[in-house]
Amino acid sequence: MITAGIDMGAKTIKVVLLEDGKKIRAKAKELGGTDTKAAGEKAFNAALFQAGLKMAEVSHITSTGAGAAGAPYARDKITEVGADAKGAVFLHPAARTVIDVGAEEGKTLRCDAHGKVIDFAVNEKCAAGAGSFMESMARALEVKLEELGPLALQSSGTIPMNAQCAVFAESEVVTLVHQKHSKMDIAKAVHDAIGDRITSMVRKVGFEPDVVLIGGVSKNPAFVETMRRNLQVDVKVLDDPEFVGALGAAIVAAENAGVK
Amino acid sequence: MADKKGKYPTEPLKCWDKAKKIREDYYRNYAAAHDKGGLRWAGGAWTFDAIPAGLGDDVYPITSEPYGASCAYDKKFSLRCLEATEKAGYARDLCAYMRNYWGSILLNEFAFGGPFPKPDFLWQDHICCSHAKWYQVVSELEHGIPHYSIDVAVGPESEINPNKIDYIVGQMHDGIEFLEKTTGRKYQDNLLIKAVKNTCRATSTWAKVCELNKTVPAPLDEKSMYSLYVLGTIQKSSQAVADFYEELLKEVQDRVARGIAATPNERCRVMSDTQPPWGFLSVFRYLEKFGTVSIGSLYTFGLIGAWEVAPDGQWVHRKTPMETGVSINDRDKALRVLTEWELHKPEWQHFYSPHLKSEMMIRIAKQWKLDGVMLHYNRGCEGLSLGIAENRLALLKAGFPVMVFEGNMGDEREFDMTRTMSRIDSFMETLGMKKEFD
Repeated sequence: MITAGIDMGAKTIKVVLLEDGKKIRAKAKELGGTDTKAAGEKAFNAALFQAGLKMAEVSHITSTGAGAAGAPYARDKITEVGADAKGAVFLHPAARTVIDVGAEEGKTLRCDAHGKVIDFAVNEKCAAGAGSFMESMARALEVKLEELGPLALQSSGTIPMNAQCAVFAESEVVTLVHQKHSKMDIAKAVHDAIGDRITSMVRKVGFEPDVVLIGGVSKNPAFVETMRRNLQVDVKVLDDPEFVGALGAAIVAAENAGVK
Repeated sequence: MADKKGKYPTEPLKCWDKAKKIREDYYRNYAAAHDKGGLRWAGGAWTFDAIPAGLGDDVYPITSEPYGASCAYDKKFSLRCLEATEKAGYARDLCAYMRNYWGSILLNEFAFGGPFPKPDFLWQDHICCSHAKWYQVVSELEHGIPHYSIDVAVGPESEINPNKIDYIVGQMHDGIEFLEKTTGRKYQDNLLIKAVKNTCRATSTWAKVCELNKTVPAPLDEKSMYSLYVLGTIQKSSQAVADFYEELLKEVQDRVARGIAATPNERCRVMSDTQPPWGFLSVFRYLEKFGTVSIGSLYTFGLIGAWEVAPDGQWVHRKTPMETGVSINDRDKALRVLTEWELHKPEWQHFYSPHLKSEMMIRIAKQWKLDGVMLHYNRGCEGLSLGIAENRLALLKAGFPVMVFEGNMGDEREFDMTRTMSRIDSFMETLGMKKEFD
């Protein structure tokens, strides 16, 4: 039986097709843009094409993400926190703490061996715990987003960055540039700022091994390094970390469809 | 998805309109007091309102926290009030009730229509760091209204002793002299005694009403309770409020007897802790989509309700002095009874330690059969929000799942509705609840 999970994220839409609740058949991603419904359908069609399947062969679709309502073909919804836990434990059965940093928000959760959420926290109104913060910082430094992490890893200095708001942090970056700090050191300061913010949230919920990182920002090696340094534990990055929420939704779809 | 119908019958409260009328009359009478030759005074929701009652039956109060909450409920008006206080130089992190109240004075607009009715005197007590300062500023804003404040911050109920009672009662006696001097009226002890008895009756009866929410299904829900508890916050010493609570008690007892539920699809029970974000009470209705009822909060139960721990450990209404055979025959006795009664107030206890709040919340969570707790990291109240993070840990340790959300009871700029709803979705999911209707 084929089930699907669609993660209607703030910036990108991810689709995972799952066979019998066990085998990942396809993954596809599209930028959300302003017409998220159309983008969702595009991502879905891409996943179907990849798996050589037709829509009619998908028994059950579950949606998740900030724009979950934009997938009317989904039979049910699961929260991002719930989907993350399911997906993370599926990929890494020892995962008990999941840290998800996506475009819109950072969140952390503790779960049991079945992927059931025990406790969770989500960053508040501020963007300083989210991927969009890094995007604006990369813009301020005039580097590509994917260059920001490697740049930070080259730094040997530490500059404190105090702003808790993405807008003010951008001004702070500009000030640091004017003060002739190197881009490498400023990039590290950006990672320390977001890492410290996420670490506070993780400590609030409490963490136990294994700690796994998911969401688009976990593809950034400097952020991963910051989290390892802050938490003093081995933080594992799961494969295709931005698809974990969609995978979790596909697993829930399989459960709801009666797959044993 | 299922519709809102559930396994339990439900019906609106019959006395709902009466509650609304008492509140409307209260604000109308305050505003119109001078037209009838009466007096107006202002003070906090916890002030000893029974004492100015001794000045006559034509003396009308306005209490500040409920008024600040009324301002907050009207988001547009509240924003104008908040901006007015900021423009006047007051910081954004001060008590949000206070900022709304001051803003209403600065704008000279009464939330219930017309210019802000200037009080003749200010009668306050002081336990929260804002209390006395609140009215010092009001006095200044209104060009020097006479102000009297009673310090009640003498420690938790476990440490009440005769010296502390004497300290407060002494201030009350002095306060009565202040009232006579300020108003030129002769003080009437018989009216004081009546008002003290009303205070005990109203606050004990409200606790009895809250006790009934131990029943499954709960006869009342938190959002509705806000419209009922408020009467005790505006004038707990009045005959009308004490009588209303007795009428309400009878109706809620009847609801319990007939199995009438506040939330017909009740399958899950939660509570909150302190002030809600007043402009966003729909949060509590949103819970109903998951078959979840919020049975109240420490705030709705304990801000006004009078409670005690029974020998079997149950949290129950406090017996009134009239029920325990205490006679109140003169001014001094009335003041002593009032002091001792109020020093047991649950919401006063956690000014002294977050552990006392945790104990009360865990007791409610157990005895009201709760599945989880929602805590409001309320940036609008320093006093009652102190220690919430510790309360969270204590509740978790006691086995109760906890959701926290950030916001502000009276400053809508600090509350994110969408994110809070999304957080509730996740919390409900962790409790195993699914949305039953949209």
